[in-house]
Amino acid sequence: MTFGVSSARSGMESAGSDTIQELTVEELRAKYGSGMEIEDEEHMLLSMGPQHPSTHGVLRLLVELDGETVVNLAPDIGFLHTGIEKNMEAKTYTKALVMTDRMDYLAPLSNNLAYVLAVEKLLGIEAPPRAQAIRVILTELTRLNSHLVWLGTHALDLAAMSVFLYCFREREYLLDVFEMCSGQRMMTSYFRPGGVWRDLPEEFEPAVRQFLDFFPARIADYEALLRDNPIFLERTKGVGVVTAEDAVAWGLTGGNLRGSGVEWDLRKAKPYSGYEQYEFDVPTETEGDVYARYRVRMEEMRQSLRIIEQALDNLPDGPFLVEDRKIVPPPRSELGRSMEAVIHHFKLWTEGFSAPEGYIYQAVESPRGELGCYLRGDGSPKPARVHFRAPSFVNLASLPRMAKGQFVADLVAIIGSIDIVLGEIDR
Amino acid sequence: MEQGPMTPSATHAEESNRLIREKVEAAFPEAILDVYDFRGERTLIVAQPHLKEICQFLRDDDALQFNLLEDIVADDMLPDFPRFAVNYHLYSIPKNHRIRLRVPVEDPEEGPETVASLWPIATWLETEVWDLMGIRFQGNDSLRRLFLPEDWQGHPLRKDYPLGYEQVQFSFNWEAIEAKKPSPQD
Repeated sequence: MTFGVSSARSGMESAGSDTIQELTVEELRAKYGSGMEIEDEEHMLLSMGPQHPSTHGVLRLLVELDGETVVNLAPDIGFLHTGIEKNMEAKTYTKALVMTDRMDYLAPLSNNLAYVLAVEKLLGIEAPPRAQAIRVILTELTRLNSHLVWLGTHALDLAAMSVFLYCFREREYLLDVFEMCSGQRMMTSYFRPGGVWRDLPEEFEPAVRQFLDFFPARIADYEALLRDNPIFLERTKGVGVVTAEDAVAWGLTGGNLRGSGVEWDLRKAKPYSGYEQYEFDVPTETEGDVYARYRVRMEEMRQSLRIIEQALDNLPDGPFLVEDRKIVPPPRSELGRSMEAVIHHFKLWTEGFSAPEGYIYQAVESPRGELGCYLRGDGSPKPARVHFRAPSFVNLASLPRMAKGQFVADLVAIIGSIDIVLGEIDR
Repeated sequence: MEQGPMTPSATHAEESNRLIREKVEAAFPEAILDVYDFRGERTLIVAQPHLKEICQFLRDDDALQFNLLEDIVADDMLPDFPRFAVNYHLYSIPKNHRIRLRVPVEDPEEGPETVASLWPIATWLETEVWDLMGIRFQGNDSLRRLFLPEDWQGHPLRKDYPLGYEQVQFSFNWEAIEAKKPSPQD
């Protein structure tokens, strides 16, 4: 293939002049492949999004409708594509970290964790116990933060306005906690290869303890607003059903998989960052509908609180970064009196550290499912290839299957229930 | 640098790695080009024509049951030959083990056979690989632009695709961009 001038131009013109409704069946088929075959000429095509409040970001859905029933559906993504994987190849391992925050912007610390664990695996090092426990506490708080946004917006889509306001009130508290330790509310970049950026501040523990005290009652409040709400139940029970077999075949992970009755959680199956020390349950529901996914995530929030409490009770003392000066910068205090420290500092911030040749895959259980990071090093200070297995991206592929035969209004409920973040889908 | 202490899961991983290798080598003696172990992960380097039957075997064997296709990742090893490789990360939820199949690809236009009949999610993952790395999976007829505009030229994750220092592609500036390109490869 060459950078053809004429073919690109003609393609652009036809794309510009047509609107979706004017396309014929053949054209649509050519455009969307076998995923979008129109069976009846009477059907209506609806372009939902990219500017639509219930698509949770810039997602466009091309929906074929028979009256109010969804016959076919094709997701159109890429509006937020920023080439994060390509960009990371041009940065050193440390600097590439900041790109990971921006993928799943509702769970930046989970992204940090996946990437940092991948780099550590490639280097063959392990973070000190204190750093691992800090990571567990913060990623579980991130899970709560992410689930709160999911719950609020999901309920808002189903016309329960007040839940949204309560969820964001609690989320605000969590963002303050993140700011307390990392200096940033959202784009934290707090986990670093070899540990965490700096130790937890003194006020962190009391703040989290306070959160642990009041939050269980808040979960009960949200549930009281929704569990006994006939409108919410009517719109979620029996909607968007996925069987356990389908869920696995379609690569669903996280709450979507567990809502279909498959008990699989990477924190239990392949423990990382010391998750094997903590006691918690993996909630599952068997119905596989929107309501089951709601139940699973609500229970996950309670389990996260258990993990945080255990990690906080047993938070080990000691260093929060590995000692290897080739990987982590020396503390500021050493720079004034040690020439070695100055050299290490200079080398790290100009060249970075080199990782050996080889490729690895590290997966973590992010709030949305399995977040995996494939990393290939080539002996240089920059990654040769970074790839993220984004759970939202994979989960979105099941949307057409879930929505087929449902009402278009229920489509909104289904999108909310699979909990997508477009920043992560498009990367 | 030393690996961390052996955890129960590491022993389990070692046992399952051994089992997988034995089973696959017994069933397909010709297909495994190499076995690569790194940081406790097992990779089977698989000859391209045998990929699908190995996948089928891994999924259907009672002792393995790789029922989840986690991810398909393409890699560009320019200037090595074969230049491309496609990694399949498979996971067995019932047996709790993971394996990576790595397929060297000589010609991206004639990539590996699609595994969509085994795991439906493969269609979606292969489309991503085609969009960004330009590897055409045989038998997947729905390869299209997923992230990039439909009229985009080239595949940005390839190593010979420049990062920055050039204008963004639009319909009106093709000639200007093309004149400045080092030498468009494909």
